[in-house]
Amino acid sequence: MEIKVLKNILGANDQIAAKNRELMAKHEVFAVNVMASPGAGKTSVLLQTIRALKGKTRIGVIEGDIASSIDAETVAKEGIPVVQINTGGECHLESFQIQNALNNLPLPDIDLLLIENVGNLVCPAEFSIGEDLKVMIASVPEGDDKPYKYPLMFNTVDAIVLNKIDLLPYVKFNVEGFTKTVKNINPKVELFKVSCTTGEGIQPWAKWLLARMKSK
Amino acid sequence: MHELSITQSMLEIVLQQAAKAKAKKVTKINLIIGEMTGVVSDSVQFYLDILTQETIAAGAQVSFTLVPSQGKCRKCGRIFTLPEFDWTCPDCQGKIIDVISGKELFVESIEVE
Repeated sequence: MEIKVLKNILGANDQIAAKNRELMAKHEVFAVNVMASPGAGKTSVLLQTIRALKGKTRIGVIEGDIASSIDAETVAKEGIPVVQINTGGECHLESFQIQNALNNLPLPDIDLLLIENVGNLVCPAEFSIGEDLKVMIASVPEGDDKPYKYPLMFNTVDAIVLNKIDLLPYVKFNVEGFTKTVKNINPKVELFKVSCTTGEGIQPWAKWLLARMKSK
Repeated sequence: MHELSITQSMLEIVLQQAAKAKAKKVTKINLIIGEMTGVVSDSVQFYLDILTQETIAAGAQVSFTLVPSQGKCRKCGRIFTLPEFDWTCPDCQGKIIDVISGKELFVESIEVE
């Protein structure tokens, strides 16, 4: 006997994501899901963003990693609330993990919640966690062909931060070609070019993020 | 790796539906999977074989219906299969393409005894 089902496999994840969204809306928290491959500079961009927005908004951070709390310790030195999630092998954050993390954060004291996803360009794109904004960090040494290889990620995000532009003189990376491909796959996406080493481009990115938060 | 959590979520839906129908055994699970999700059928079957041990879905076979990635040109409305590279409209050379399929992840039906 065949039974028709037609159910979204990620329905349960989406339901919890909706609850997360509700909880954060109640506390007027604006959540940003930050995704990238390992080593693109998620934590560095987060640190630069935290410093650029110091005094302008109250920030909290959720760090997602397969193992360790190295990133959380680094971020905690900035004197802001941070929770570490260890996925124990899973390659992405899911909404139930964010639900647990939210219960351990002082939500009334947070306006902007930066959520650093596990380093990976495949699965995080598929799992909604209740965020207001999806941001991807790309980096120059990864090469300009990544949009072709991970179209779902590039198609899903609201903004792309191209990091490590200080390495452009030393690495074969066609910025114009990259920009064209990205806009082709995702016409609505905002693209920022930054260097966490020199600080170049951080201000426009942070300013845009703040404006998006305030326009919610 | 993401096949593990996808298979877990899928199995929850399958077991719920099977219990509702008072089924004794689940023999087949028919899925609709968008090409862009990158979900690999062999991995899903592998995880399913492990996760279903001692459930009524033990030994169930997974069948994939792949949905091709399709885009729609914003300029002329042409719908076409998205190639791996260069998403350009084959008719008007338009560069702004909306993805209309290829992201699906559905349990379509199950076969039970």
